[in-house]
Amino acid sequence: STVLASARDAFQAESVSDALRVAMGSANHSSGNLVVRAPELAENGAVVPISVESDLAGVSDVAILAAAANHPLTSSYKLSPGTKANISTRIKMGQTSEIVAVAKVDGQLYSASQEVRVTVGGCGG
Amino acid sequence: GCGNGQQAASTRPLNDLYDFPPAGNVSLLHITDHHGQLLPIYFREPSINLGVAEMNGRVPHIVGARMLEHFGVSHPSPASHAYSYLDFTALSQEYGPVGGYAQLATLVKRMRDQRPGALLLDGGDSWGGGSGTGLWTNAQDMVDAQLRLGVDICTGHWEFTFGADRVMQVIENDYAGRIDFLGQNVRDRDWEEPVFKPYTIREINGVNVAVIGQAFPYTPIANPQWMFPDWSFGIRHDDMQRTVNEARAEGAEIVVVLSHNGMDVDIKLAQITRGIDVILGGHTHDAVPAPMEVRDPDGNVCLVANGGSNGKFLGVMDLDFRNGRIQGYQYRLLPIFANLIDADPEMASYIDNMRNQTVTYDGQTFNMAERLSEELAVTEDLLYRRGNFNGTFDQLICDALMEQIDAEIAFSPGFRWGTSVLPGSPITFEHVMDQTGLTYPAVTRNGMTGEMIKFILEDIGDNLFNADPFYQQGGDMVRIGGLTYSMDPTQTIGNRISDLALNGEPLQADKEYIVAGWASIAEEPPGDTGRKIWDVVSDYLQDHQTISIREVNTPRLRGVDGNAGLSL
Amino acid sequence: MSSIRVRAQLRDGVTNVRALISHPMETGQRRDNSGNVVEAHYITEVVAEMGSRHIMTANWGPAISRNPYLSFEFEGANTGETLKLSWVDNKGEQDSTEVRIG
Ligand SMILES: [Mn+2]
Ligand SMILES: [Mn+2]
Repeated sequence: STVLASARDAFQAESVSDALRVAMGSANHSSGNLVVRAPELAENGAVVPISVESDLAGVSDVAILAAAANHPLTSSYKLSPGTKANISTRIKMGQTSEIVAVAKVDGQLYSASQEVRVTVGGCGG
Repeated sequence: GCGNGQQAASTRPLNDLYDFPPAGNVSLLHITDHHGQLLPIYFREPSINLGVAEMNGRVPHIVGARMLEHFGVSHPSPASHAYSYLDFTALSQEYGPVGGYAQLATLVKRMRDQRPGALLLDGGDSWGGGSGTGLWTNAQDMVDAQLRLGVDICTGHWEFTFGADRVMQVIENDYAGRIDFLGQNVRDRDWEEPVFKPYTIREINGVNVAVIGQAFPYTPIANPQWMFPDWSFGIRHDDMQRTVNEARAEGAEIVVVLSHNGMDVDIKLAQITRGIDVILGGHTHDAVPAPMEVRDPDGNVCLVANGGSNGKFLGVMDLDFRNGRIQGYQYRLLPIFANLIDADPEMASYIDNMRNQTVTYDGQTFNMAERLSEELAVTEDLLYRRGNFNGTFDQLICDALMEQIDAEIAFSPGFRWGTSVLPGSPITFEHVMDQTGLTYPAVTRNGMTGEMIKFILEDIGDNLFNADPFYQQGGDMVRIGGLTYSMDPTQTIGNRISDLALNGEPLQADKEYIVAGWASIAEEPPGDTGRKIWDVVSDYLQDHQTISIREVNTPRLRGVDGNAGLSL
Repeated sequence: MSSIRVRAQLRDGVTNVRALISHPMETGQRRDNSGNVVEAHYITEVVAEMGSRHIMTANWGPAISRNPYLSFEFEGANTGETLKLSWVDNKGEQDSTEVRIG
């Protein structure tokens, strides 16, 4: 695959792997050491709250991706020493997707994921 | 009214039903999902309540004879009638109607007299969905009844369909200082700060008991979000753990969750959260005779109960708390047989006066009791709703929609409320409101492609049968008129629905079909006909006079052979 | 008035920052009522600094929601110190605000 140039280019990537290679320098990540929090069912696909949290010290980068989107990278974060790997934002989701969060420590990538369902709704007990 | 109980007492020993001496030192009384039912009613429990994945064969997904066997309930008996659908019509005629807030009030008083300090917890859906007087009084009917009953703590779901302003008005005025409305999982959309108090700690006989409220997590998905636009819900299990820890740190010795999650969600929540002793649940309307003992990650037991619906039951839990831990418990989900319990005179007269009010709704002024008593038709068959797929009353609503709105296909929501009507009885306007009374009653008529119809059915099917309960909304499958289909609940989204056909012809993906429906969650429902669902059903009943449900449109089921949620 | 509303709270040595920014966050894919494509207009970068100390830079794409929300946490600040938050969007528009840590 093409080696993409700048941090902005990661938003053009069409797969999680490509996006991670550009934004984080590698697509190899192991699961664990961080949690991603998101609603299981989205109340409103236009505003889906996502939180990433890790107890790892020295996290320099965090990325949040929606795997099923045409361009999976939603956002990435550069953290300076002393800034914790504890980020929350809200994203748009047009369809049900796995939400993948990745944190980078000393060149190592750790990940967590959770499915967020975007549903038609209107039912109930 | 209905206090003598002669007919029933002559055939079965019923009075020992309420002979339940207290044990232990901490007692919790639990009601849930009344859906505005203040008078005795009939309510048939489901003959189909399928469980998939780990829920297959697990309570509450066991129906009929297997359920009674599981809990050691003999049949026929008052208990088997209360908890199951078996011989429903005959046993309804024998034992009479169930529920009624005046009868409940008598039973609550009796239990409280025996159990000083007992807390009365109301798990939500007390206000209609499913009540004419609820709709016309803006839920004041239930608010005043809850205050008279002496509810201590409550949470919510259908309450929110009266709008955020109304909920806050009741909490800040009627409930103030008397009923704690709790919900740890509701936040404002801007800053995600709590909207309601998450928990309260009450001392019962020297024991500090925390009660945490959990409102229905998917209210903004299942119901109209525009009615409470600033509030965000969700299960928020991390926040639940934080809340439990906070309550423990504040001195709670027992932690109780008053939940409107639905039973499968409660079971999973109990499995992954440390330190909850009891979950008293509702929403899925499961009439479960005994709580499930669920192990938390530390191996401690959490008791998960679910309290049925429509006023049929009072849950009574006695805990024996000594030396820093719960040493034992006893529990009954007491069925309320209206003929066996004297009506509390004060509550009975409140209900009578309330119903006899003249109200103005939608430009019409009328006496509520008079309007509700109007007889629209007579039914030859038992009419009911509850179950995973069309009940007979749903079939009636679908038939009414197709005929009155001139549609090939009808969709009616899979609500779990709505009372039953015995064969040979008049269908009153009250029965119609029991099945349709809500704050977003618009009847719609839209063109939908076959592809869109399949997409919607798959989406709703996944909300019901997702293998992970945290992805379930807790209603039943949308009721369908006209269209036939097959369903395999054990499959994944996109693969459950097949054989879609209309009048024997396969549904075409790109062809447009006329679909009637109601209870759209959109603020301006597409295809709004300007008619309300109760008017459409009433017109149909008056046009037909005699109702017989020849065929109930249920899907051909696959992948569920031997499933305990399917009656034998 | 600033487009940024921000709260910064110090507790147990950790400063928790929460910000809400007024911005349309147009993806460039949406059509308006007349059927015309609304041109892309979204924040690309949010920077948090204390004086010369860099705290965090957020790189955003168009999938971040309208009127975006961002929260983050960092150590080593004192009550009364000032945090600066600034954003720039794909059209080169920008805004910033300062908040005293409470
Ligand atoms: Mn309910
Ligand atoms: Mn409910």
